[in-house]
Amino acid sequence: AVLKKRLVKLVVNFLFYFRTDEAEPIGALLLEHCRITKEEENVFSISFIEEPERKYCFECASEEQCQEWVEALKRASYEFLRRSLIFYRNEIQKMTGKDPLEQYGISEEARFQLGTHRQ
Amino acid sequence: MKLNERSVAHYATCDSPADHAGFLRKRVERHHHHAHHHGTSYQRRWFILKGNLLFYFEERESREPVGLVVLEGCTVELCEAAEEFAFAIRFDDAGARAYVLVADGQAAMEAWVKALSRASFDYMRLVVRELEKQLEEACKSLAACRKSPRRSSSSGRKRHLSNPALLPLQEKPAIVENGYSTWGSGGCVPGGAACPDHDGGQAKPPPLPPRRRSATGSATGSPAPSLSPAMLESPVSPDTICFSKLHDWYGQEIVALRREWQERQKRGHL
Repeated sequence: AVLKKRLVKLVVNFLFYFRTDEAEPIGALLLEHCRITKEEENVFSISFIEEPERKYCFECASEEQCQEWVEALKRASYEFLRRSLIFYRNEIQKMTGKDPLEQYGISEEARFQLGTHRQ
Repeated sequence: MKLNERSVAHYATCDSPADHAGFLRKRVERHHHHAHHHGTSYQRRWFILKGNLLFYFEERESREPVGLVVLEGCTVELCEAAEEFAFAIRFDDAGARAYVLVADGQAAMEAWVKALSRASFDYMRLVVRELEKQLEEACKSLAACRKSPRRSSSSGRKRHLSNPALLPLQEKPAIVENGYSTWGSGGCVPGGAACPDHDGGQAKPPPLPPRRRSATGSATGSPAPSLSPAMLESPVSPDTICFSKLHDWYGQEIVALRREWQERQKRGHL
């Protein structure tokens, strides 16, 4: 496999990639239901649940940069954010006895309920 | 623009619960060369909202979506259309097309507008950051309580301060997957209810989001064929060019357009 130099941008739960001089992306990866794996030195890969053997590999300029990307991408899914929200909500509720989402008027929404999105 | 199409379709159709779903009528946006058809028409589609992604299908049973709207940098507002119960998704990027949707009734319209208004990743991230701060503050004030001499509370009830569920802020549990911890544990179906978590039933607490890092420069002039990833400088404002492209990619509605063309051919309009 040939490695091509690309400018890569993480925007919300999408990873866009560009040819280095261009303003418009040539492609995007939706980062939901995916696995981020640290491979050999400077390299990480992204694979998706329905096709786990198909890996999108990325080689970074340094190991440090590679680690930064792995950490950022692991947190990049909407589902990860949702789980974080549910976790914090639950913890705050346990500690203070109050539901922190009430002030936002979203405490009843299904998407924020504990247990709704459990696997 | 390429997209990991199969994964997107899989995400759209898998068992993971949708945040909202239902039939909506979608206004057809005519391009230049269809201008001879002047009326406004609507197509009934099955819509599914998952996170910040609004998918639409030709039929409820369709195995693949025909469209995708990424709900970032947009507003959802009631619409001054001839149709009742109409609302529109409009983007900050003036070049991006708007989506005019029509619900079956008042309640359905309100439910959709509410669901879509708060669907963005940005909004979610905002709320999570707020809660993270609140939890930190709650932990601090609890720690302060512990340090000060105990006084008997007026209610007489002992406050149990050593809460075993308290997660110290310094602890960072390892993230196994991208917010999807059951993947790999014995062939679980995504979103399937029967699948146990890695750590035996308890929701694995996600670690605190890292502090925002400064943008790393992209390597230039590197002779080796390697990637030079550039961290997004401002995570708050999505790149609207990118999302317009995504809408266009999926906005073709090839099947529907082809069928329309064929129908018009039959009626002799061409």
